[in-house]
This record gives sequence, structure tokens and C-alpha cells, in this order.
Amino acid sequence: MSEYRRPIPQADDESREFYDGARRHELMLMRCRRCGAWRLPSRPRCPDCWSTDTEWARASGRGTLYSFGIMHQKYPGFEDEVPYNYAVVELEEGPRIVSNIVGVDEAALRVDMPLRAVFDDVSADTTLVRFTSA
Amino acid sequence: MDGRELKARAAISGLGISEMGRVYGHDASHFAAEAIQRAVADAGLRKEDIDGLLVSPGVSMTGQMGGVGLQNYLGLTHLRLLASMNVGGATANVMVQYAALAVIHGMANHVVCVFADAPLREGRGGAAAYSGAARPRPSGMGGLYSAFGVVGVNALYALAARRHMAMYGTTNDHLGAVAVAQRRWAAMNPIAEHRAPLTMEDYHASRWVAEPLHLLDCCLVSNGGVAVIVSRAEEARDLAQPPAYIWGMGQGHPGDMRRRGWDVETETGAPMAKEKAFAMAGIATRDVDVLQAYDCYTYTVVVTLEDYGFCAKGDGGPFAASGALAPGGALPTNTGGGQLSAYYMWGMTPLSEGVIQARGQGGERQAAKRDIVLVTGNGGVLDHHSTLVLSPHPA
Repeated sequence: MSEYRRPIPQADDESREFYDGARRHELMLMRCRRCGAWRLPSRPRCPDCWSTDTEWARASGRGTLYSFGIMHQKYPGFEDEVPYNYAVVELEEGPRIVSNIVGVDEAALRVDMPLRAVFDDVSADTTLVRFTSA
Repeated sequence: MDGRELKARAAISGLGISEMGRVYGHDASHFAAEAIQRAVADAGLRKEDIDGLLVSPGVSMTGQMGGVGLQNYLGLTHLRLLASMNVGGATANVMVQYAALAVIHGMANHVVCVFADAPLREGRGGAAAYSGAARPRPSGMGGLYSAFGVVGVNALYALAARRHMAMYGTTNDHLGAVAVAQRRWAAMNPIAEHRAPLTMEDYHASRWVAEPLHLLDCCLVSNGGVAVIVSRAEEARDLAQPPAYIWGMGQGHPGDMRRRGWDVETETGAPMAKEKAFAMAGIATRDVDVLQAYDCYTYTVVVTLEDYGFCAKGDGGPFAASGALAPGGALPTNTGGGQLSAYYMWGMTPLSEGVIQARGQGGERQAAKRDIVLVTGNGGVLDHHSTLVLSPHPA
């Protein structure tokens, strides 16, 4: 197996729960404790009710393919990957997440197709949340 | 007050376009200064008459608080109005709107609004100029974009175009029709970068950038600057050029919560901006004679056609493919070739051509009817929208 050359993201204070969850193979999202709205940009304030009373909760991992692209430009780390797919997945809870689709022929990708999260341990300390056909 | 009292009380009195395109060896301030100098001369004003400066600094005009240092570069020593502004490609129209409000209400007399950029370097592609340097260890939720190779704006607009295709059956043939139509206009614009004829075969043969976008779906990247001067209507009348009266102004910033219910890819801020601007101007969509639609991508034109009601929602593709946008069509659109074929000056590309058309100075490409010229701006990835309605008529 060849070395993983693509950029490996690291947690910051606001996203630590998300990345730690991924390492446990759990998809974690933020939820407002006042109004119950789920959100993904892991900012400390709820955009709906402006409450800062927030919790992290486990999402189902189910979603649909909101949109996708097939990248042909060779960006650093992806030279050997092109063409590759990238995607925005609309999670069952509402928030949309950037990811990619694995285990599906690119010709078979369809907007709104049902998906489920799969977890890819790309390094000793980082797991990426990818999606596959549900 | 609902805005209707602002109709035609201000006008664009001057237009300056710098040397443009693959011009190397100058920074953005140089292009800004050249554009401003040309705009002041065009209006028949003197340097001393300029008492307002609004700057849209592009991606390369860094430092100097985003471009306000231009003041000292140009020796503008008695400004009553000065700011750097940024809502992406919507900024040009937005600057004109704030400038119009300022001159109407007496805060300033002649306000220069300028965009300039110099991201191109010899031997480097346009995409590199806009994608930035890849970070080796991206962090936070934003790091997911890097991790999955979602780099640069092309990737994001490809997602938007794909969503539109899936929702409404839009095809690459539809998108290609926009590129082909605009190239036909560009052939008649002496300062357009790409003027050679373009066929649908050429469009389909152009390489994929990020599917569903071909290279020819994407705007150019240009070095250059464009400036306009906004003056009170009664003052503009006595200057050197026919005024382009500002009949309508509007903005729409719907926000994007990045979750279910926010579909800015297919429902942009344009309807919000249009509603205010058209009410101010007292016009309906059918009154528009010439359209300058923000065209960072072919897809942006398609969605703009729908959101202004030139066709039903979802029919922007077939409308473009009908030939309506091209020379001889029912809705002359992006008559200078736009950002796809002429020059990429963000919102100043549609605005500059809108002024040229409203004045009747389009030469070979001049639209026969030019009573109402619509100029649209789009910033971010459909995050910001701005509308200007221009007319050669004072009422």
C-alpha cells in the first residue's frame, strides 16, 4: 500500500470533538441545548437562537448526496489521485459536510442518493469520515 | 421612504479601464491609479474634484488597509469619504450604491469606485493565482476541504452547477451556449482577451477543470483595473460624458447555514436584490433591454437569468441555448464578452460594459435598444448579490 500523501487535517479547539469522534468511528455534530438545532461549523454560538449552551451529540451517519464534483486539477498531494470525486453530504440531522464517496463508480454517483458514513484511519491519530452508498 | 425617491438622483459620470489582461510588471496599485486617472479624464473632471474613494482590492492588493493607501499614491488630499470594501464580485455595484447615497445626501460630490488586481505572473496559470498555497497540515472543520481535495473556487462552483443540473436538467450544452454567445460578443470588443470564434465543439473539447465544469465554463484571470465615478445627477449632466443614471439599487445576502433548507446553488440572493432595485426604478423584468450578468462561470449566468425572471426557475439553460443572449438575440447579454472572454475584473466587468451600453458607446456591439441596462454582481459562492439598473434617461 502506498504512503498516504494527501493533506491530513488536525483538530483545533472548536473541532476537537469532531475529530476525536471520528477516531472512535463516530460522527459527532454540535447541537444547541436551548433550541435543539444541529450545526456543523463548530462555532460556539447557535446561529438560530444565539445561545452558547451547546453539546456534542452522535449523528446517525446517514445522509444523502447534496452535490459532488470530479476534480481534474492536480493539487499538491492529489497528483496521483485525479480524477477524484469530492462531495457535500446532507446529513439526516440537517447539516452538510464536505467529504468524498468511496465504493461507488463515479458514473453511478447521483445527487440525492442515500449514503452512510464510513471511517478511514488515514494516520495513527487521524480518521476521515467518508461516505458510501447506503 | 422606500427607496423610490432615490431613482435617477445619481449617475455614473466617468469610466476608466486600465491596460488589461496579461500585462506584467505592475502591481495592483498601478492599475488602480491608471484606471482612476482615465476615469477622471473621461468625466472631464480634475483630480481636485475627487472627494470620495471606495476601493475593492481584489486578491493581490494587500497591506495599506486593503487598498486605502491608494489615496496617498494618488495624492488625493481632501477626501470626505474613504473605505476599502469587500463582498467579492458583488462589491463593484455595492460601492456604486454607497457612493450614490453619499452624493445624493451631500456627503461628497464625486466619488471614485475602483477595482484593481494583479494576480497573474508570467508563466503561472490563472487557477494558481486564485487557489492559494496548499497548507501541509490544515486545521479545524475547514481542514476537511483540503483533506478531500476541494481546492479553489472552481471546485465549489462545480458543486453548485451539479446541483442545478440535478434539480432542473441543465446540461453542458446549455452551459456551453453561454460561453459561445459571449465569445461572439467578445469578437466585437477591441479590449477583449479572447476574440477568436468559439464553437460548441471547442467548448466540449476543452479540458475538464472540475466536472461538470470545463475550462471554457470558467472566467479568465486578468491583471488590470477599472474605475467609475459617481456624481449627483444634475452635476453629471454638465460633465463630458452622457450620464448613466442610476435608476435602481439593491442587494441580497441570504446567508448560507450549510444545512438543509439553504440551497443558494439554485436559490440565490438575486430575487431579494432585484425586488428592491426594480421597485426603485419602477421597472419590470420585461423592460430590461440589455443585461450584464455576473459570469464567473457560465452557470452563474444561467441561474441569474432565472432569478431575475427572464425565464422560469430551472429554464435558464434552455433559455441560454435558445440564442437569446447572443448578438441578434432578444436579450443582449454580456455584450463585451464578459469575464469568460473579455476581462476578469470581478463586478467591474459587467458594470463597465453596462456604462458603455447605457452611453451608446458600444460601437459594433452596441445594443439597438438601451433604455434599461441591468447590471448584476455576485460575490463568494452565491453568497452575495447586488443589482444596479442604469439608464441614459434622467427620469
